Amino acid sequence: MATKSILVDYLARVEGEGALDLHVEDGKVTSAQLRIFEPPRFFEAFLRGRSYAEVPDIVARICGICPIAYQMSAVHAIENAFGAKVDGQLRALRRLIYCGEWIESHGLHVVMLHAPDFLGFPDGIAMARDHGAMVKNGLAIKKAGNEIMQVLGGREIHPVSVKAGGFHRVPTKAELAPLAEKLKRARDLAVGLARWVATFPFPDFEQDYEFVALRHPEEYPFNEGRLVSNRGLDIDIADYDNEFEERHVAHSTALHSVLKKRGAYLVGPMARYALNFDRLPASIQALARDSGLGPVCRNPFRSIVVRAVEIVYALEEALRIIADYERPGEPSAKLEPRAGVGFGCTEAPRGICWHTYELEADGAIKTVRIVPPTSQNQPSIEADLASVAASVLDQPDDFIRHRCEQSIRNYDPCISCSTHFLKLSIHRS
Amino acid sequence: MALRNRPRLAVWKFASCDGCQLSLLDLEDELLTLAEEIEIANFPEASSAISAGPYDLSLVEGSITTAHDAERIHKVREQSKFLVTIGACATSGGIQALRNFADVNDFISAVYASPQYINTLATSTPISRHVKVDYELQGCPINKAQLAEVVSAYLAGRRPAIASYSVCIECKLRGTPCVMVQGIPCLGPATHSGCGAICPSFRRGCYGCYGPMETPNTAALAKEWTALGATPLDIKRAFRTFNADAEPFRKESEAHGD
Repeated sequence: MATKSILVDYLARVEGEGALDLHVEDGKVTSAQLRIFEPPRFFEAFLRGRSYAEVPDIVARICGICPIAYQMSAVHAIENAFGAKVDGQLRALRRLIYCGEWIESHGLHVVMLHAPDFLGFPDGIAMARDHGAMVKNGLAIKKAGNEIMQVLGGREIHPVSVKAGGFHRVPTKAELAPLAEKLKRARDLAVGLARWVATFPFPDFEQDYEFVALRHPEEYPFNEGRLVSNRGLDIDIADYDNEFEERHVAHSTALHSVLKKRGAYLVGPMARYALNFDRLPASIQALARDSGLGPVCRNPFRSIVVRAVEIVYALEEALRIIADYERPGEPSAKLEPRAGVGFGCTEAPRGICWHTYELEADGAIKTVRIVPPTSQNQPSIEADLASVAASVLDQPDDFIRHRCEQSIRNYDPCISCSTHFLKLSIHRS
Repeated sequence: MALRNRPRLAVWKFASCDGCQLSLLDLEDELLTLAEEIEIANFPEASSAISAGPYDLSLVEGSITTAHDAERIHKVREQSKFLVTIGACATSGGIQALRNFADVNDFISAVYASPQYINTLATSTPISRHVKVDYELQGCPINKAQLAEVVSAYLAGRRPAIASYSVCIECKLRGTPCVMVQGIPCLGPATHSGCGAICPSFRRGCYGCYGPMETPNTAALAKEWTALGATPLDIKRAFRTFNADAEPFRKESEAHGD
């Protein structure tokens, strides 16, 4: 029996370390395993015994690309445990800093990491030689997102202002005004970016996903909502463990999450968009249609268009929040620590980031569990890989390898946060 | 673009959050210019075009936490003429060095249902503990302007102009009133500058993410914290966070009980 294997030593243009094993027998894909062997860092262990007040700074370090997601899920969970609710302008500012993270994270992925796949370049810098204006525009959009993080949080990576109860310091109206001017320019560039990525050649590929995202009565979701799916899931975030479970598999240091009743599910931009299309303003819905999207997108290669549309949404939402901003009297609500359990779930750029904390009476952490988006998507990534590979098995190995890598990048996987490297092996027998 | 012999850059990742190498991509205004001056030969987070070593300048992010990585760092060193470590993980072991003060098996069983699948070392250690390092840039995360300075200095063949004073000087330079004077415990007097003294400008104490400055007087600082009402446990935790195993911070944390 002839066996053939192809190795890619490192999956490029993803954050973290992973590898892919593809097994092919008699011309059929028998298994696709995304192996994650990023060394574990044990956040859930060393958080035990720390004070709740230290949590936002510590959990930010789970991921340099989406620190706000971790900070937000954490502060909501802590406030939930203490019976506190943060409202008004403080709530609006949390949404604003989250817009900043979506813009910088999506901007980086769309232009520098994902677009090169469709246009045949190894990276954004090489792509800039032929598409200089779009790369520069993409970097300008990303920079606008980072500027929101800087103004509100002091810096773009591991911002320092977020605390349970609100912020250490909130900006003045005058500090936000120059930011608004930059965001307006970025919004115009982002509309151009969405129209540009809509013209890319997309493989004809669809999957019947179970989408899971937050859903809020009025808003496109960031920080709050119920957990819903297109197959009838509709639960409070506190009931997550009733419906979902994390499994530890041998080939990954990231735990795999599955729906207990139905298995793999998808989180992230495509899920948010499909489940919350009606929560987008008419202008964004129109942009989505002009960019070739229906109200539901099931082609993971088109997730680049959904991300570009979400960038425009986040820029418009940021501008709306700034226009309505009045500086609150106090930068944070006063919290009264008490023993209890709290839950937080927010929409990281890559999808829902779910946290639960059990706290002692003095606010010290007893136990903590964090479910990042990429570990939830791993089973769906593997299912996509099996289908994508099956559709191109008659092609040369280089082609298969590239298409598989591209399929993984469709998810903008953040392997560091799933606590994690990609090596592609195709085993043919 | 004219073909000329540009120095070759490689970026390497060990245990980390990716934030420090992301700082290179966060140089939105300088990135394309930088790419004209230096060949980005091996930077997997940004490019699938990876060319073989040797490399002139290697930037190393992350700490050593596995037997595999303890070997891999030697291969990185062999291929690198000038090796710079970037960030708290690479320079001090990072937050994951909290395992150095605990039993790693307790940590594994706290997170994983099947501990037998996990291969990890009992410690998280900085790169300098394993190979010769030519320059260390501290910070969690590093400051992207300082990273640009380190690369520019390398290209110009000079030492990077990175100040080694404390965060206090940065507060004075930007005119931020001292938060300690207002009763807020702050690690600024013992912490390496470079962040721009962000935390005090947000009305909170510095939490030491840039690690120890040269020759910090941590004992005197701990005394001040006590005077402001901090408990021994508060002091221990403050020194035992993002640079917990940097020697001056480790020693000071060990001097305070629970």
